[in-house]
Formats: sequence, structure tokens, C-alpha cells
Amino acid sequence: MTPARRAGIACVAAIGGVGALALLLAVFGYSPADGLLAFWRGSVGTSYALWSATLVRAIPLSLAGLGVALAIRGGRLNVGAEGQLLAGATAGALVAQLLGAVEGGTATGGGMSAALTTPIVLIAGALAGAAWASVAAWLRERFGVLEVISTIMLNFIAVHLVGALVRGVLQEPTRVYPQSATLAAAARLPVLVPTTRLHAGALLAITLAALLWWTLRYTALGFRVRVVGESAAAAASAGGIDVARVAVMSFAVSGALAGLAGAVEYAGVTYALYENLSPGYGYTAIAVALLARLNPLWVIASGVLFGALQAGGAAMQRDAGVPATLVQMIEAILIIAIVLVDRASRRRAAEAGT
Amino acid sequence: MSTHREPPPRSESGLPLALAITDVRVAFGGTVALDGASLAVRPGTVHALLGENGAGKTTLMRVAFGLVAPDAGTMHRAGVPYAPRTPREAIAAGLGMVFQHFSLVPAMTVAENIALGGSGAFDPQREARRVRALAERTGLAIDPTLRIAEASIGMQQRSEILKALSRDASVLMLDEPTAVLAPQDAAELLQWVRRFARDGRAVVLVTHRLQDALAVSDDITVLRRGRTVLADAAERLDEGALARAMVGEASIQVDVPRVAADADRTKPVALRARGVSAIDATGRTRVDDVDLDVHAGEVLGVAAIEGEGQHELLRLLAGRLRPSRGSLERPPVVAFVPEDRHRDAVVLDATLTENFALRELGTRRGRMPWSALAAQTTTAIDAFDVRAPGADVAMRTLSGGNQQKFVLARELADRPPALVIENPTRGLDIRAADAVRAAIRRAADDGTAVVVHSGDLDELLLMADRVVVMTRGRLLPVTRDRDTIARAMIGTAPSARTA
Amino acid sequence: MSVRSVLTEYLEGAVRTATPLALAAVGELVAERAGVINIGLEGAIIAGAFGAVVGAGIAGVGGGMLLGVLAGLALGLVFALLVVRWRADQIITGTAITLLALGITGTLYRTLYGESGVALSLPTTAPVAIPGLSAIPVLGRALFVQPWPTYVLYVLVPLVTWVLTRTHAGLAIRAVGERPQAASAAGIDARRVQWWSTLFGGAMGGAAGATLVLAQTGTFVEGMSAGRGFIAIAIVVLGRWHPVGAALAALLFGAASALQFVAQAMGWRVPYQLFLAIPYVVTLLVLATASSRAGAPAALGRAELEER
Repeated sequence: MTPARRAGIACVAAIGGVGALALLLAVFGYSPADGLLAFWRGSVGTSYALWSATLVRAIPLSLAGLGVALAIRGGRLNVGAEGQLLAGATAGALVAQLLGAVEGGTATGGGMSAALTTPIVLIAGALAGAAWASVAAWLRERFGVLEVISTIMLNFIAVHLVGALVRGVLQEPTRVYPQSATLAAAARLPVLVPTTRLHAGALLAITLAALLWWTLRYTALGFRVRVVGESAAAAASAGGIDVARVAVMSFAVSGALAGLAGAVEYAGVTYALYENLSPGYGYTAIAVALLARLNPLWVIASGVLFGALQAGGAAMQRDAGVPATLVQMIEAILIIAIVLVDRASRRRAAEAGT
Repeated sequence: MSTHREPPPRSESGLPLALAITDVRVAFGGTVALDGASLAVRPGTVHALLGENGAGKTTLMRVAFGLVAPDAGTMHRAGVPYAPRTPREAIAAGLGMVFQHFSLVPAMTVAENIALGGSGAFDPQREARRVRALAERTGLAIDPTLRIAEASIGMQQRSEILKALSRDASVLMLDEPTAVLAPQDAAELLQWVRRFARDGRAVVLVTHRLQDALAVSDDITVLRRGRTVLADAAERLDEGALARAMVGEASIQVDVPRVAADADRTKPVALRARGVSAIDATGRTRVDDVDLDVHAGEVLGVAAIEGEGQHELLRLLAGRLRPSRGSLERPPVVAFVPEDRHRDAVVLDATLTENFALRELGTRRGRMPWSALAAQTTTAIDAFDVRAPGADVAMRTLSGGNQQKFVLARELADRPPALVIENPTRGLDIRAADAVRAAIRRAADDGTAVVVHSGDLDELLLMADRVVVMTRGRLLPVTRDRDTIARAMIGTAPSARTA
Repeated sequence: MSVRSVLTEYLEGAVRTATPLALAAVGELVAERAGVINIGLEGAIIAGAFGAVVGAGIAGVGGGMLLGVLAGLALGLVFALLVVRWRADQIITGTAITLLALGITGTLYRTLYGESGVALSLPTTAPVAIPGLSAIPVLGRALFVQPWPTYVLYVLVPLVTWVLTRTHAGLAIRAVGERPQAASAAGIDARRVQWWSTLFGGAMGGAAGATLVLAQTGTFVEGMSAGRGFIAIAIVVLGRWHPVGAALAALLFGAASALQFVAQAMGWRVPYQLFLAIPYVVTLLVLATASSRAGAPAALGRAELEER
């Protein structure tokens, strides 16, 4: 597909999304004008909204979106990005606690340097996400358990596990709030643009998107993942590929990306672990990946679009009294629209071929 | 040159035709499958519908059975206009269809399969009694409680026929019914067909075998490239006339005599199996203690009826399956062309270059040399006359014949020491099939050891220097003689046992 | 508290918790036997729960159940339209349907019942004791002193079993799920079979959601389906695609979930969240041991009907 066509599709999606939003506002009895105005101001209409809301939300959406896109490229739907994200955030908080890199901790201002703590937190997050995803990948390869079911179960387990941890071993020192101790300022991801909340996680997301794109396009490893996703039978028979290994590996890396999203969110935005750390980033990531047509570079653009959608949704709730859940409906409608367009273009291609 | 005559509305006896199809046209997308196809079936007769693979026989039957809506043309059933929109309407009009690929549910019993499509309550015992009675009445004995998944091919075919008969079919259409049967079973079935056609019923026998058509049918219609080119009484026709009608002016040579068996064993052995066995997912032994040597430069044909273990043997030799016992000596890379190329050989939505790069992808490291691969792909598709606008088009846009030629081109690109190929021309038109067979021969002449299986014994004999027969997972060396091979194939075959 | 009364209460809780799961699973089972896997079941359940809240406010428990079933049916309709009519990918579409239902119910709830969602209190169905049977020690109370949806289940499970094995409609459903082209050749309209099976599955999901509200919680909370739709799909696998098997599997999950009642009764000092996680952990363990593809309809989840 040509870049121009892709950009065209993105524009149509954006305009269609706004149109659907206006329609839904009207249907549910809210003023479309007030709602859209709040949405505009809260997403891209002011520089604060753009730099500190939309783009900040785009970071975990893009990272998790890259993970979901990779898994689908490898032939597996990863509905478990939410759980993997929480696992990543949890591992990050745990490591920070162990290293004493939390407020009131032993290492504040001393001990291990922050320059080392931050990468360790991120790596731990990625590893935890990979481990959480590997459970589902292993269940699939070993027992044939559908990963759609197992990852959803793992999502719920992750939420409840976080709930238990932030009331148990990870609870903050005062033992009042169900959340972990606050990450020490020195160990946080640095802010990229002064006076905004945009943090270095954005660079990480862009770098990883480029790396993933390059790997899929230009390396044997990436090409194997694509072939396994397109046709496992041909991959095994004509390519002599160990399909199970490739599938498990790409699913684990997918989990690592989602886990990294969680650790980045912890180290860049929330600075503490709690149950509602993610407002469903892992689920929205599916829409992010699908809208990007599974192309890692487009995942960034798609992540920004959904970041705007979520930031705008939150603003609508705050300023116009419109439930933010309305945005979930937009996401669902977008996914369905993409699936239908995909199906139609595939059918056209099939008809042109025979 | 067409000797085609318009089907008369009535047969000479004055009775309306059991089934009359006149000038039917069907196009799928841009491809015309049928154009000017006609068929006139008299009551009380067996009518053979002849044609090469891809001539449109099955499509015409699908039209008659309400599975494909014709773009033009008319149909009459017993003199009444007939235009079924669904198989249900065709069944109601008294038509019965047995496809070459059976329409049976493997997880269900014979009785359940026969009952399929009814309404109201279903009583397994009563249905079993009904099927038993029907089987006795029609002379097609069967166990109604048998699960299709466990039934032999012959029994599955019987179930299909009984299914049609249980809906009171009086026009029975059989699509290549003898292709899957051992010769003895096939002969029995043809006799049964003759008996059935009496009493005003009719049978349409779809086949590509001239002998079957001449032996059993009253009338013969020949389709070529979707058009009816001949329709006449069998007694006025002979093999020569039919063959010319089927393939047109440029007829192909039916048999190329090749060097006899055991001719050239001086060349080195490329593939060697000693005591090799293989077990399938359900634990059944599919390949049983096989010894085999394949020499460089020879074409070894593996003859077998469906499901005798040749599928697994080919994959063992190609290195796509691990033996459960025994030893295999083979070169590190064996070229392999599986029968289901859409599933196992190509990725339809990937480009030709990407499909070319599939080879040895499992062991490749580092970067993909895309520009070099594109050049190799272009060279390979030129060498094998693959008709494609370029190496960067999607595999999906190629015709079936060109896809198969592409797969061969890819697998033979590096002159591999061995090639394993399964039903190499299935679904291809005559020209593409010839090209594929020629490519295989060229590879052998260049020193590649070739192992080929084809479900079509005539084709196998056309290609193979030496033939082995596989029955129940065991190999039987035979002389290269059609009758000897055919007898060996059914010798201990499961479908030869009748219930 | 005596061991016996704890046991009685535990079993009662297990059956009560199992009821919505079993209702949803029986519906999903029929859809899956016809070859359609509806991941949107989760959405049907939350829609059913919300429908029940609205309906109960208008016309009591009966109205709640009716509107709950209709809400599930509506989602089943959308899903069938996308998947059966337009042959969209079943898994992705189901995921989107769930997201859609969560969005709609959340929005409607906040629109209709206030900004932060005032805690609603609804009429719930009281347990009905079945004379005679309820007197059986321990099990009698667990099985026969339940709200009426449980008794619907007692009728439904044998009924669905009978339909699947002893009617031509059931044969048609199974044939479509195993080999749609064989069903078509036998004159069965495979799409129509999938339409009705999917609609039934949606309606049962709605009934499950309504039961959750009307017989269990008595209120609505956003996202209260809490993965029950996905658990129900796992239950279908564990029950080997058989209604009786699914009912028993649902009971197992009910028993796992009801452990938290025991913990409360016995005063165990374990974090509450860990008990909440038990059903999901059990689902994973069970799926792993059930070697889950065995017995699955051969054409389950495949988009193509006509192709060979």
C-alpha cells in the first residue's frame, strides 16, 4: 500500500472517528458542540493537551500497540497486553523497591546511581511482560489452549495480584493507600520538553518502532515471523521453519513490549504502582495495532490518534459531563470498521487473482 | 468441427428428458468456467459426462445441483423448467449428487450423515433400521452405526450414494466415482450403476476415463473448455473419437516408453531408507519398515490408492517428517513439492520474491538479501516459463498452473540432489501439466533423484522410470506394467474388503 | 459456625455462582457446535446485566430478565451480522463487540443513573424451595433452594442435549460446525444455522448477565461481567462441548469462586484479592489439563463456509 493511501486511510479514520463521536454524543443526549469542544481542548486544541495529555498517553499505547502488532504478525492475537503491562509495572515497582530507589528508601540521593536504576526498572518490566505472555504462549503450544482465553485470564490475575501486592509487601510506608511507594525523583524517566509531562519514553517508543519495522522487513528473523503468521503450514513445509519456536518467541517479545509500556508508565507518569494504573491501554493497543495495519511505524501515528481520543474522552468527562466510556465505543466501532474494510479488500484481491 | 447437437426436448421414446441442460454459461470473476455447456439425459440410461481436468464437468454438475447459479442458459427436469437455487431444491426435484470430494461429516455416523437435512425429531435406532433396509433394497450393504472417520473410502462412497437414494433421487450424478476405488470395487460400482438406471431412473457419470464411459454408458457428452463439443450414443463412438473431442486437435501422446526398471543403478544413491517407519498423530503406523534406494537421475514413481502411507513416505524422504524407527540417508536439502500447494508450498498474499525466499528460511541468519533474491526469482521464473508480470506481484494473482511451475522453479533453483513431488499436476490444465512433467524430467536428466506420487496411475507411468507400489505402509517393487501395478495396488487394500 | 452449615452455605454459593456461568456456557456451546466462537459473549453478559437493571426498574424481576435477554440478543445480532453475514474474523470481532458493550453500558449507566454511578439497589429474586427435594441433607439446600434461573438451567441442559443429539436441527448444527460444505450439500442452509445458533448464544449471554444482577448482586457495576464470558468459553472447552459437561464444569468454577465465602466464614487471613483471582487461575489450570482442542468442532472459528 502506498504511503499516500495509508495517510488517506488515517485521515478517513480520524474524520470518521470524530463524526461517530458527534453522532454518539447526540444519540446519548449530550450537546455535540460542547462535547466536541471539550474533546478538542483536551486532546490537541491546546499545547498543554497535546504535549502533556495526548502524547503522554500515546507512549504506552504505542509500546503496547507494537507488541500486539508483532503478535498478530506472528499469527497470534495478544489480548493480554493489559496484564503484561501490569506485570511490567509491578516488576518495575518491585525492582525499584529492592534497589531502594523509592522516596524514603535507602538509595535516595545515594547508593545505586539513578542512571543505572532507570534502565534496570525498564528491563525488569520488559522481562516480566515477556514472562507473563510466555505463560499463554506455552499453554498454547503445549496444551492447545486458545491464547485469547488464557491472556484474558492472565489479565484478571494480574489486576488482582497487583491489588494484593499494593495492600501487602509493596504498600507505601504509611500503609494508608493501596499503592506502592513513590519512585525516587532521580530514578524517573526524564522530561523531554520542559514544562510539559512528555517524558523520554517517547524516544524509546519511536526507536523500538523503527527497530521492529527494520527487523520485520530486512532480517531473516523478522521474515520468519511474518511467514509463520501468514501461513504456518507453508512456513513449516516450504521453509523448514520451527513454527512453534517462532510463535512462542514473537509472543514473548510482544509481551516484553507491553511489559515495557507498563514500566515506562510507572517510571514516567505514575511513579507508583496501583490497580488502576492503566485505563485499559492494553485493550486499546489492539485497536492501535489494527488501525496501523500492523506496520510498526504507523503504530506510532495510530498510538497518537488513540492517545488523543483518550485524552479528549477524559476532558469530555471532566468539562462536559460526558462519560469517558463513550470513547470505548468509538474504539470498538473503529476496530469493526477496520476488520470489514480488510475483509472487503482481501475479497477483492482474491477475485482479481482467480 | 463441433458435432454437438441441440438436446432434443424429448427422447426418441417420447418420454421427457430426465434432465436437460441447454447452453449454460458460468463465469467466476473474470474466468469463464462454462460457456455453451449442454447435457441431455434420457430416463433409464447411464449418461457419461467426459472431459479433461478443468473442462468444467464438476462446475456443470454444481449448476445442476443448485450450488452455482448460471449466468445464462436453461434447465429442464422431466420436461418442466428447472432452476434450483439451493441443493435443497435440487434434492426436492429428485436429483442426487455424489462429489469426488465427499460431502460427509467425519465425526458423525453413516446413519446421521444420511439423515442430515431432514427436520423434526431424530431417532438414531429408527434411522439405523431405515438405512439398513435401504441398503438391502439397493444392494449397497453398509453398517449404519459406523463413524465416517473410521470408514474406508469405498464405504464412504456407499454412504454418499445411499444419502442421495434416501431422498428418492431418480437422477443420480456421480463425480469421478471410480477415481478413488480399487479396480475391483470400481467394476462392482459400475455394474451397480447399470442396474440402478433401469426403471426410468438415470445416472450421470462424470469421468475422465474413456474406457469407463464406453463400457457402461448409453449416451456420452464431452465437455472441452466449458463447452459441449460432442453428444451422442455410446455405440456410435470409439476411443479415438472421444479422445479427439476431449483434447482437441493437438492431442497429447498417451504413453512415452521409458527405460525399463533396474536400468541404471550405476549412479550414486541420493536417498536411502533402511527399516524406516512412521506413526501418525493417532498412533497408527503409516509407514512400516520401508527399505528404499533412489539413484541420482532416476524418476521413482510411488503408486498407491488414497491413504496407504505414501503421504508420510514422501514427507520422510523430503525431511519434513521424522521417522519413528529406522535410518534415512538424504542430502541436507531435498526439494519438495507437496500436493496442497496453497496450504503447504506458498504464501498467497506474499510476493513471488518473498515466496522464493521461503526456501531454507528456517536456517537463514542475519539480513535478508532482498535485491539478490529478487534477481534470483526473476531468473527462476524465466527459466520455468512462469507467466507473471514481475517478481514483486502477489502469489495470489498467478493461475494455478503458474503457481505450480513457480514452486518447481523455486525448489529446483539450486539443482538439488533430490526432488520429492506429490500429485504434481492436480488441478492443472493440459498445457501446464505437460510443462510440469517436462520440468521434472529435465531435473532428472540433470542428475536429480526424483520421487513422485500421482493418484493418476497413467500419469505416474508417463513419468516414472521405475515404480514401487505402496499398500498399508509397505513397499512392493513391481515391474513397470500397468496391470501388474494395478493388481498390486489393490492386493491388500482396505477398500477391497467389502462388508 | 458448624462445619455442616459452612458446607451447606458453600455449596449453595457454588451453585448460585455457577448458574450464570452455566447459562452463558450452554448458549456459547450451541454457537460453537455450529462453528462460531463468540468472544463477544463477555459483551452479551454485561449488556444483559445492564438490560436487567433497566428492565427491573420498569417492570420488576420479570421485566429485568426480559430486557436482559433482549440486550444479549441485540449484541448477538450485531456479532452474527459481522461474522456470519460478512465473514469478518471471529476473534477480533468478538473482542470489539465486548469493548462496544462495555462502552455502551458504561455510558448509558452514567447517563441514566448519574455521574459517578449511584449504587443502585434492585429487587432480586428470592430463593424458591422445591418441596420434598429441598429436604435432602446438605445437597437439598444447595441444589433446590435457589432463585428460579437455576431451575431454568435444570430444564435447559437436558433440553439442549436432546436438541443436539435427537433432532434434525441438532444434526444440522453439528454438521455445520464440523463440515459446513457437507451440510450445504445435504440441503442445509449453513448460514441460517449459524445465525440462529449465534443469536441463541447471545440471548443466553444476556440471560446470564440478567441472572447475575437479579439473583446475585442486586446492583450494577461497570465491567461487572469481570471475564465471566471468557470463563464460560473455557467452561465449554472443559465440558467437551456437551451441555451436561458444561453444567458440571460451571459447577467446578462456582465451587472455586465460592471459596471466598468459606474463607470469610472461617476467618482465614488471606488477602481478599487472591480469592478473587482463584476462578481465573482455575480456568488456566483446567484448560491446560483438558487438552483443549480434543472434541472441538472441526470448523470452529473458520470464516469460510463455501470454500472447500
